[in-house]
Formats: sequence, structure tokens, C-alpha cells
Amino acid sequence: MSEMKHVMSVLVENKSGVLSRVVGLISRRGFNIESLSVGPTEDPSRSRITIIVMADDEAYEQITKQLNKLVVVYKLQDLTNDSYIERELVLFKVSAPPEKRSEVVEIANLFRANIVDVGASELTIEATGSQNKLQGMEDLLATYGIKEITRTGKIAISRNSKGA
Amino acid sequence: MREDKWQPMGPLARAGAPKGPGSGNAKQGMRMTGAQAVIASLEAEGVELVFGYPGGHAIQIYDALYDSTLIRHVLARHEQGAVHEADGYARATGDVGVAIVTSGPGATNTVTGIATAYMDSVPLVVVTGQVPRAVIGTDSFQESDIVGITMPIVKHSYLLKSVGDIARTFREAFHVAKTGRPGPVLIDVPSDLAQEEVVFEYPDEVNIPSYKPTYRGNARQVRAAAALIAESERPVLYAGGGVVSSSASDQACRLMRDFGIPAVTTLMAKGAIPTHEPLNLGPVGMHGSKYANRALNECDLIIACGARFSDRVTGRIDSFAPHAKVIHIDIDPAEIGKVREAQVPIVGDLSIVLGALLEELESAGARPDTAQWVEEVFGWRRDLPVLDPRALEVPGQIVPEVALAQLSGMLDPQRSIVTTEVGQNQMWAVQFIDRELPRTFLSSGGLGTMGFGLPAAIGAALAFPDDQVVCIAGDGSMQMNSQEMATAAVNGAAVKVVVLDNRALGMVRQWQKLFYGKRFSATELSDNPDFVKLAQAYSWEAESVSSPEEVQGAFERMLASEGPYLVDVRISRDQAVFPMVAPGGELGCELAAADCRVDEWERARNGLAGDDLDGGEL
Repeated sequence: MSEMKHVMSVLVENKSGVLSRVVGLISRRGFNIESLSVGPTEDPSRSRITIIVMADDEAYEQITKQLNKLVVVYKLQDLTNDSYIERELVLFKVSAPPEKRSEVVEIANLFRANIVDVGASELTIEATGSQNKLQGMEDLLATYGIKEITRTGKIAISRNSKGA
Repeated sequence: MREDKWQPMGPLARAGAPKGPGSGNAKQGMRMTGAQAVIASLEAEGVELVFGYPGGHAIQIYDALYDSTLIRHVLARHEQGAVHEADGYARATGDVGVAIVTSGPGATNTVTGIATAYMDSVPLVVVTGQVPRAVIGTDSFQESDIVGITMPIVKHSYLLKSVGDIARTFREAFHVAKTGRPGPVLIDVPSDLAQEEVVFEYPDEVNIPSYKPTYRGNARQVRAAAALIAESERPVLYAGGGVVSSSASDQACRLMRDFGIPAVTTLMAKGAIPTHEPLNLGPVGMHGSKYANRALNECDLIIACGARFSDRVTGRIDSFAPHAKVIHIDIDPAEIGKVREAQVPIVGDLSIVLGALLEELESAGARPDTAQWVEEVFGWRRDLPVLDPRALEVPGQIVPEVALAQLSGMLDPQRSIVTTEVGQNQMWAVQFIDRELPRTFLSSGGLGTMGFGLPAAIGAALAFPDDQVVCIAGDGSMQMNSQEMATAAVNGAAVKVVVLDNRALGMVRQWQKLFYGKRFSATELSDNPDFVKLAQAYSWEAESVSSPEEVQGAFERMLASEGPYLVDVRISRDQAVFPMVAPGGELGCELAAADCRVDEWERARNGLAGDDLDGGEL
């Protein structure tokens, strides 16, 4: 069976130690987390964790069942096969000496990204979007020299009104 | 639950409680310290017996315990022993077992005990002292992150942050431990919180929105299961520990008896179906009988009841029961389809689901025609005995299987509990000790914890002081928690220990002999202590036997004695557990061990294999 990407949206209690229970369980069962993000929800007593893992269907089913067993997990939604919106925020620190600066700014504008910091020979760009868009941007910026990248991890939300 | 369980001296505080454990509680609404609230919470849950070991950050809890007239505390001699004792108590009674220990090493010593309970789904509440909240995370004296350390081996855990949370946390912990698939729950209590004051309000109700186990099976799935059973020709009921935890023995026996379905039992299900039932084929798996294994492997329908297709049962999974469809009933959805795909998965409490299934089968008048299958299985049982009778005759030597069969005949089937250690002693016990009731065979199945049997026996004996409680041990396991002999002696737990003493780590040695070219690396225990003297040092009675004629008398004296008693049964190092499916082997291919064993003895008699025997040590 082949591995595929699964996007999980996990609604959990907003308490200390909860993230470590969820993440510990996934790694303990032998899975590598590709992306992870966590934050409070509209209800301050609950947090939502968005996790992306690569797993075959059988293994993925086992992870979701094990996660559902955790007392701190309210609900787990697999967004993979639903219609969902996925976003990630990336900060690029790009080498941009004065003679190249306008080119880099132009690339940022083309991707509707924002310049959030300007240094003598570098620019920091904030970009959000889908994986394809961010990858395309990264490839272009790489030709100028990327000094540092930091990402939030993906967050996702289903398009249907029910939600997790 | 049995009525003859140990009763506390005073009246139960919760007697006549109208709603829940809270409102009927005598201490409800009283102002008290956090430590007193911990004890009051245990009392509100009806806890009568706790096992534990005090220490710096548990002093206040122990100080509050000192005043309790409802809770009896049993001082273990090691925290691991305390947790196994609580575990033995829980397995024997079906109630939640409780252990109290201190922070740091006290807490880390509970880890093996908690893992043992987790693997076998035993309900425990383990209360650990913790350093004061202000110094958590500073590596202060006797600090350990026990919540972090135990995270993979608990059903749930709590680090208390506020004195006001104590009552609700205990209410939740007991609820989580005993409902759904039972398991251990840990509560970490910082010591400063134990000193703070609080008004004790124990809740009647418990509501955890994120924890709602499913009890009733899906009706459509139950109908589908009934249809599969009705049309099957070679069904097998595969009973696991869930039959015990769900108290589903009656329903499982009715399914077996009324519908002519042969049953096989895992280690955890020993006793769930009485040994004397003709359709009970008994233990299955690595050391199961050839007939039970063949029945499971050649059936056309497996009705898995609270069982998890452990590798010790299935052998090589890709060749396991190749023609069988599977009905898998379990309260834990994660067990279904984990190892073997189920055609009919049913999530629910086993006794409820089996009840519905029986009703469905009965109302539909559906009955599989299994006469031919049963006849075939009985034929295998006749032709393929667990052991070739010739292997049981070794002149001048005590044969462990024979000794345990003798002991089995001497135990009161209704009033005895047998615990085991782990290894050969455990496998011989499961093969040769008959059990008629659930919760009367206590063994560490999933984790395979050496050192479990003695403390578990103590926990069981304190719960049922009038029962015969016998621990079948090996000389290796006996040395893993032998300090608990003091706990037994001091607390009046009249446990009996049978040490099958081969001066070796027998099971590993058996593997070395069969699969590692007889390279006995680190498995010989030639310098064992004198177990008789060791037991006597703890004020036990004890004796040693080395010839078959002495066994009966020794067991009679042991069972007749008032207090704890140890019999050191000297057996040959070359006694091995058979039949055996080689690790990773196919279930249908047991080493033809009974037979190769007879060959071995014949060769030994002819002086051809003398180097394997104990060299006249006996």
C-alpha cells in the first residue's frame, strides 16, 4: 500500500501537556510528522492542532483510532478527502544587496507577499498561500540566496459549514 | 463481584448514597487540606485497600491517611511491588486498584507496574507525590517528570495544579480507569498543594465531553454477525481478556454451548470459560495445544471476543487462519483491524454485544450446523494430546507439568486464585492448572513482567483472605520481587508460592537450546540463594522437594498452612515447554515437541544426550 499525505485537524483540550500527548502518540507509533501547527480556537478552552503525516491507509486509520482514544481529544477530522483550505506562513530572509533589491521586491509583489524587514544587504519577506505557491516563490528567491527560512506549519479548515 | 471480598471494619461512608459518590459522603462540604481531600476522594470512591510506600513528598498524604477509618493501607517493600499488588487486587476483584507513592524514585519505580497494567487493561489509580509547584522543572531533590515518563503507558494522567481540582480529578480518574477499555490512570500531587486548604466537594456526576466509550454494538453489525455465524460451518470463539474485564463469561459460554461453537482462550482469558466445558479447547498460540491451534487456524469464522490477535497467539500473521472470516468485538475501536482485518467489526461492551448477538441468533432461530466440525476438533484433541504421555514419565525426576496437574487437583475450584510469574512456569501453569471462574488466573500477559506473580498474589489474597492463593513462580522471577515476602508476612496475606526451580532462566535457555545452538549465554543461575532459608528469614514456612514422591505431601502441607508458605520444587534444567510454535512460525507448525522430547529422553537414557541434562545434580 502506498503512502499518501493526510491532513488531520484535531480538536483538543487547551491545557499544558496536551500537545506532547498527541505528538508523542504519533511518533511512538512510528510516524513522521511533516507539519504541525497549534493554536486556540473560538472556544478558549479548546485548541486545534493541524497535523500532516505521510502514511498508508491502514496505518493512518490506526493513528486516528489511537488519537481518538486520548482523553484530551474531542474530535478528529481527516480533511484529506474533504474539500479544505490549507495555508502556511513563511518568512524568507533573502540576500538582497542594493543592486538586486528591486528585483527581489518585484518577486515578492508578484506573489502578493509583504516585505517585513529591510537590512543593508537583505530583505525579510512574509508570504502565505498554498504549498505550490510558496514552493514556486522559494525556487525563485533561491537564485538570490536564501539565508534563512522559517515556517508556521500548515493550518487547514474544511469548506463545509459543519467543521470539526 | 464476589460477596466474600475483604470488608473494612467501619461502616461505608457512602452507604445509602442516593446519587453518586459525592452527596452521600460523610466529609462532603468539610474544610480540609489538599492531602485530606486526596484521602476523602479515595473514601468517596469506596476504596477500602491501598498499597504504597511513603516518602518526602507523600508525607502529607500519608499523614491524612493515618486518620482514615475506612481505608486500610498495605506497606509494600518496593513501589513496583505496591503497584503489582494493587494490580492483583484489581484483577481479582474487578475494582480499581490504588497505589500511593512518593515523588522521584518512588514514582519511577512504579513504571513497570503501570506498564504491566496498561498492557493487560487493568484499572488502577496511581497517586504520586510531586515536588512543590514552585520548583517543578528545577531538578529539585527527588523530582521526576512522572507524567511525562508514563505518558505512553497510562490510559490518562493528571498533574494537579490547584487544590480545588483534587475532587473532580479523582472522580474523573476513577471513571476513566474503570470504564471503556480499563487501564491505569496516574495523578501527580505537588506537595505544596497537599498543604493548602479547600472545601471538599466530591462531584456526583462525571462528564468528560472528550471521553465517551461506546457500549452498545451497532444493531446492523450485530445482525450481520448473526448471519455470518448462522452460515458458518467451522466457527471458533476466540476469547480474550475482554471476556474477563466485561464480565461476559456467561454470554460467551452460552454462545459456545448453545450454538456448538468450539472456544479457544488466550492467556488473559484463562478462567473466563471453565476448563471443564467440553467445547473449551483451552490455551491457544505459541504454547497452546496442537488441537486448539489447529482449530483456530483451520476454521472458517473467528468470533474474536475482547482479544487482540497478539503475535503470541497468531504466529506468522500472513499465514494465520487463511480461510477464516472475522467478527471482531471489542470496546476499543483501535484494536479492530489493527492486526487482522475484520469482516464484521463491532465496537461495544462485550457482555452487551454478545447479549444482543445471542438474542438475534435465538429470535432468528439461526443455528450453524457444526456437528461435523466439532467431531473433527474432538478427534484432534484425542489424537494430539498436549503432551505425549511418555514425556511425563521421567523416573526419579519431578516433571513440572505433572506437579502442576497434581496441584490443580488439590485446589478448590470455586475458592482459589492462581497467579504466575513469567516464563516456563507461566506456560506450564496455563497448560496444566484448571480454572473454572474468571478472575482466578492472574498473569502478566502483554508485558510479560517477571516479578509480577508474588505481589499480585498478595493483592489477591488481601482481597479474598479465605481463598487459596497460589503463585506459580520460577527461580528467576522469584528473585525479582522477593522483598514482597515481607509485605505478605506482615499483612497476613497467606500466599503460597511454588517455585519451579531449575536454576536457570528456563524460557530463554529453552530458546537458546532450540534456536541458538545451545549457547547458554547468561541464563544459568547456579548460585541461587537457598529459597527455603530466604522464605524463613521473612517468617514464612518453607520446604524443598526434589523427588516426585515428595510433591503431594509438600503441596498438602502448603495448602493446609495458616500463613505464607513456599515450596521449592527442584526440576531439571532441561524441562522445556511444549508444544511450541517457533517465534515467527506458522500456527499450524508446532515443533513436534512432545515427540522430540520423548526422543530426547530416550536418547538420554541411552547415554547419547547426557550433556544436556542436569548432570546428576538432582
